[in-house]
Amino acid sequence: MSALPEFEPRGKQEVKATTCYMCACRCGIHVTVEDNKVRYIQGNRDHPINKGVLCAKGNAGIMKQNSPAKLNSPLLRKPGTERGAGKFEAITMAEALDILEARLRKIRATDPLKLAYFTGRDQMQALTGFWASQFGTLNWAAHGGFCSVNMAAGGLYTMGHAFWEFGDPDWDRTKYFMLWGVADDHASNPIKIGLEKLKRNGGKFIGVNPARTGYQAIADEWVAIKPGTDAMLALSMLHVLLKNDQFDWEFLIRYTNATHLVVHTPNQKGHGLLLRDTDGKPLVWDLKLEAAVDGTRPEISPALFFDAVVNGQPVKSVMTLIAEEYLGEQYTPENAAKICGVPAEQIERLALEMAHVAFKETIEVDVPEGWTDWAGRKHYKFIGRPVSMHAMRGISAHSNGFQTCRAIHFLQIMLGTIDVPGGHLAKPPYPKHIPPAIKPAKDCAPNTPLKGPPLGFPTGPEDLVMDANGKAKRIDKAYSWDAPMSNHGLMHMVITNAVNGDPYKIDTLMMFMANMAWNSTMNTAEIQDMLREKETDGEYKIPFIVVSDAYHSEMVNFADLIIPDTTYLERWDTISMLDRPISEPHAACDAIRQPVIKPERDVLSWQEVQVELAGRLGFPAFTQPDGSRKYKDYKDFIINWQREPGIGFLAGWRLDDEGNEVHLRGKPNPKQWERYAKNGAFFEMHLPKHIRYYRHANKDYLEFAKNAAWVGSTNQIIIELYSETQQRFKLAGQGLYDGPMPTEAHHKERLSTYFNPLPFYYKPLEQCRIDEDEYPFYAVNQRPMFMYHSWDSQNAWLRQICAQNFLYMNRQRGTAMGIKDEAWCWVESHHGKIRVQVKLVEACQYDTVWTWNAIAKQKGAWGLDETANEANDGFLMNHLISELLPVKNDPLDKVTNSDPITGQAAWYDLKVKVYPAAEGETGTWPIFPVIKPLPNGNISPEVLRYQAHTAVNLQRPMSDVLQRGSVHDNERGL
Amino acid sequence: MKLGLVIDLDVCVGCHGCAVSCKQWNTSGTTGPLTDYRPYGEDPSGVWFNRIRSYEVGDYPHNKTINFPMSCMHCEQADCVDVCPTGASYKRAEDGVVLVDQDKCMGCNYCSWACPYGARELDRSSGTMKKCTLCIDRIYDERLDEYDRQPSCVITCPAHARHFGDFDDPESKVSKLVRERGGYALMPELGYNPTNRYLPPRITRPIPTEDVSKKSLISSVKEWVNKAVAR
Repeated sequence: MSALPEFEPRGKQEVKATTCYMCACRCGIHVTVEDNKVRYIQGNRDHPINKGVLCAKGNAGIMKQNSPAKLNSPLLRKPGTERGAGKFEAITMAEALDILEARLRKIRATDPLKLAYFTGRDQMQALTGFWASQFGTLNWAAHGGFCSVNMAAGGLYTMGHAFWEFGDPDWDRTKYFMLWGVADDHASNPIKIGLEKLKRNGGKFIGVNPARTGYQAIADEWVAIKPGTDAMLALSMLHVLLKNDQFDWEFLIRYTNATHLVVHTPNQKGHGLLLRDTDGKPLVWDLKLEAAVDGTRPEISPALFFDAVVNGQPVKSVMTLIAEEYLGEQYTPENAAKICGVPAEQIERLALEMAHVAFKETIEVDVPEGWTDWAGRKHYKFIGRPVSMHAMRGISAHSNGFQTCRAIHFLQIMLGTIDVPGGHLAKPPYPKHIPPAIKPAKDCAPNTPLKGPPLGFPTGPEDLVMDANGKAKRIDKAYSWDAPMSNHGLMHMVITNAVNGDPYKIDTLMMFMANMAWNSTMNTAEIQDMLREKETDGEYKIPFIVVSDAYHSEMVNFADLIIPDTTYLERWDTISMLDRPISEPHAACDAIRQPVIKPERDVLSWQEVQVELAGRLGFPAFTQPDGSRKYKDYKDFIINWQREPGIGFLAGWRLDDEGNEVHLRGKPNPKQWERYAKNGAFFEMHLPKHIRYYRHANKDYLEFAKNAAWVGSTNQIIIELYSETQQRFKLAGQGLYDGPMPTEAHHKERLSTYFNPLPFYYKPLEQCRIDEDEYPFYAVNQRPMFMYHSWDSQNAWLRQICAQNFLYMNRQRGTAMGIKDEAWCWVESHHGKIRVQVKLVEACQYDTVWTWNAIAKQKGAWGLDETANEANDGFLMNHLISELLPVKNDPLDKVTNSDPITGQAAWYDLKVKVYPAAEGETGTWPIFPVIKPLPNGNISPEVLRYQAHTAVNLQRPMSDVLQRGSVHDNERGL
Repeated sequence: MKLGLVIDLDVCVGCHGCAVSCKQWNTSGTTGPLTDYRPYGEDPSGVWFNRIRSYEVGDYPHNKTINFPMSCMHCEQADCVDVCPTGASYKRAEDGVVLVDQDKCMGCNYCSWACPYGARELDRSSGTMKKCTLCIDRIYDERLDEYDRQPSCVITCPAHARHFGDFDDPESKVSKLVRERGGYALMPELGYNPTNRYLPPRITRPIPTEDVSKKSLISSVKEWVNKAVAR
């Protein structure tokens, strides 16, 4: 073999570990840098999340770093120019921080609610939420209200963990996997790694989705469901399980509230609440004692089915209620088929297949050292039911998503698959008690921190955040009768509510990484108008808008003050267990980012801005008793701040009293950042074998978790099939609650209709307020695997994969309608119309159209030319979606288009009609004005020839050319 | 040695991870840069060594989407090499990797016309033909870990759908995969004898349901008799 030249200038290369941020997956990466340029980004093989692999986005980090849309300095809207006109002047970071500090100081000293602070796709909600509570405003939330609150709430109010970040399938052991409504970007690498494992192990993969793209492409079976009907599918499968007597008796009796007795006194106060003893313990009927006993005790023999009078009260066990409900005719596969568009045969077969795998292919994991259950009893096996599921946006973004998510969890629980081998596993710090014991803060006062975090988990109407008249206290009306369990807030309502002064006006809207003027809002065009709307005195209705982003987004164009953020390769950051964890089921994990590139711009990470402002404004937690600043910068804050003794943002390499390094709980360690950097930028602590399963009822685990401050008590976490929280709100709606109750008829009706202690299917709200014959198509959208939200059209490599989105339509349906492939069509909803290019495909449910979202861009944004396909041919579906319910001239006209329980934005409820555009009507519509370039913006090149160093060519020796010529001539006998 | 790739169509989800990984490694690799045209304008395009094609088979609702990554097959009968008038295109004797010497290539395009797999891409800025090098600048680099001495696309693939190795060695991972999974060559009838192999989708095992079906279905909650299960 001829010697090869040295291709890489190793002498000037450095490899540093950090964490990817091309999406929310947070994979470990090794970045090779030379001359402050990125040479190569590779997955970190030791990292718990991606184990060395990396997706298209992660591999395109070079082009994110290289984006011409990067902001170069703070910018201030030019005095005398209009907001949104795009006229800015560059200022220094020092000037920008002074302006912001002065504005915030005044608000904090007078009326902290005048600050609305909402963050987009960040992963530092623990810091921004803490900042907001120290500032003293209730008006804080992140983007969960339009992303996945239904999944988080559905899981946390049922089993103490949830899908995605709080739980995962047991990929190594599962034999049957059902993926519900998962767009191709959630979660990027772990699902791909897992699906390959599943298939290699001979498992079966079912994709429940109206579109057969991405993951669904490799599914063994596709369930082409109508959007928004998944609850009916799940509950019909539950019906089949009950009909065939296929459920896990032991699991239900030992680990859930299926045996708890429910007071059955319809139309009376107390109906539907649990029968409790004088200590408040839930009662069950003991078969041996023939008496009602404390259902949380061990060694009792509770009746699973029970229907009688106890202590003078008519009661039924939860399981009796479940059986009565779901054996009902409305849940037969034949009826479900009509609603879901899924054949009855398929529904029945899938349910039975799951029963077979759960109960006839049961696995047992030996635990030689034994595991101890919540009551102190030792066991030597973990029994596993190897059926697992994952679900996400297709469930979440409907106004029935909370109940749908619960319905899917019901299936999992009935099959006994929660935190068992082969089933669905919690990821530390989950599971938590149900729900987590944090209540939303209710009150605020000038210059005073909130008493708790702005967001929490209500368990009844008394936890709502309203004034004495039942009026919302938060700008997004979270925790009001409109959306009582809105645990992630309603970011999608902030601009509309603030402009309408309903519930009140604000002074400053501060947004981080949220493109609310474009793809991250419903009703984009009118939202842009609202941002420009003025009072009669000429003042803007939202007087001051602060935006922090690293790139020139559409929202940046509407800012009065722009604070340019660093890129993910330029900053210190933490991925904390206090926030959205990156743990794996059997390992507690967190991670950091460290700068690998030195920014050559006047930029500051939003992390640093937070700590800087907190110090300047004198937040108590950031200030010494003498009034001086407690933390020099973000790194200092992360090391030294403690939520409680021993617990901080990073769990790894803390210190015990002797100064030895310990994990999970310990004193601050000044060398903590260095220890993370040295360990590949992450911390991973594997759980010992005996605390890897049944953690809701595993004593050693619960003690371990309590020490780590993951749970507040070591009591068993009893899975809540029956939700008393739901029933309390329902009673409030019915006028039967001992506590706050709504006074307006539409609130009463919503509470009594949609809140229910057992999950059920109801038609999504928008669809009940429009003429469905007029708008026959379901319209949904999702992210492709190779792009993340609005971020990646600026990426020169990723936009070559897709620079224009199409409206995908079922080929047979389109052909029947006379729509040709790639025809330009109008798409109309009750709210608006757009012009789009249609593609006819097989991989689309018959009554559904869908598209990739956030590909479309406003002209001039994101460093793209005016000619970019994204701005001329791509389209946003957002124009068709209203943030309010469709108008019907009733009190609901002004109510948010969201899940009535959680406030989750219902952007998948959309229905549309599609018809061909007239001859000559081409190109996207509506078209927006061109965004002006920034004063110190970058020039986008015509041709890009990126390389970190000059290539070293591998030369073919002339001797080889002469001797062999064309290598095949001889073989062909020439 | 006969080096090449095995690509598993049973697990490829079409994420484009391999294609972009190839792009980033090779843009600073031995034949880099891989030029991009109108990177921020209309119809952006550029030089890629690996592209993912997607196809649909069958009619709704019995359709399937196939994601099909395609790059140089490193053919044994490499007509792209035969037609090269300058000797720039060659198939290495020692490992079968087909390469283009950038100093000898004059960008005449003959090779791209000769290639039935569309694997060759002209870089209009350099005026030279470029293609998959099988990461020749990685696979022999002894300063890399042994695992890293593989093409970038293989290392990055999130679904582990790509495998690299020596097809001349019957005990190599690629040879075994081809044997066990019925790996096949693309368009063998054309006679190029490509080295790369594709693995077809696995057959799903049937899951019995008779053993969990009741002959007489439960119709009322009253039919259940409680079992004594100690909590």
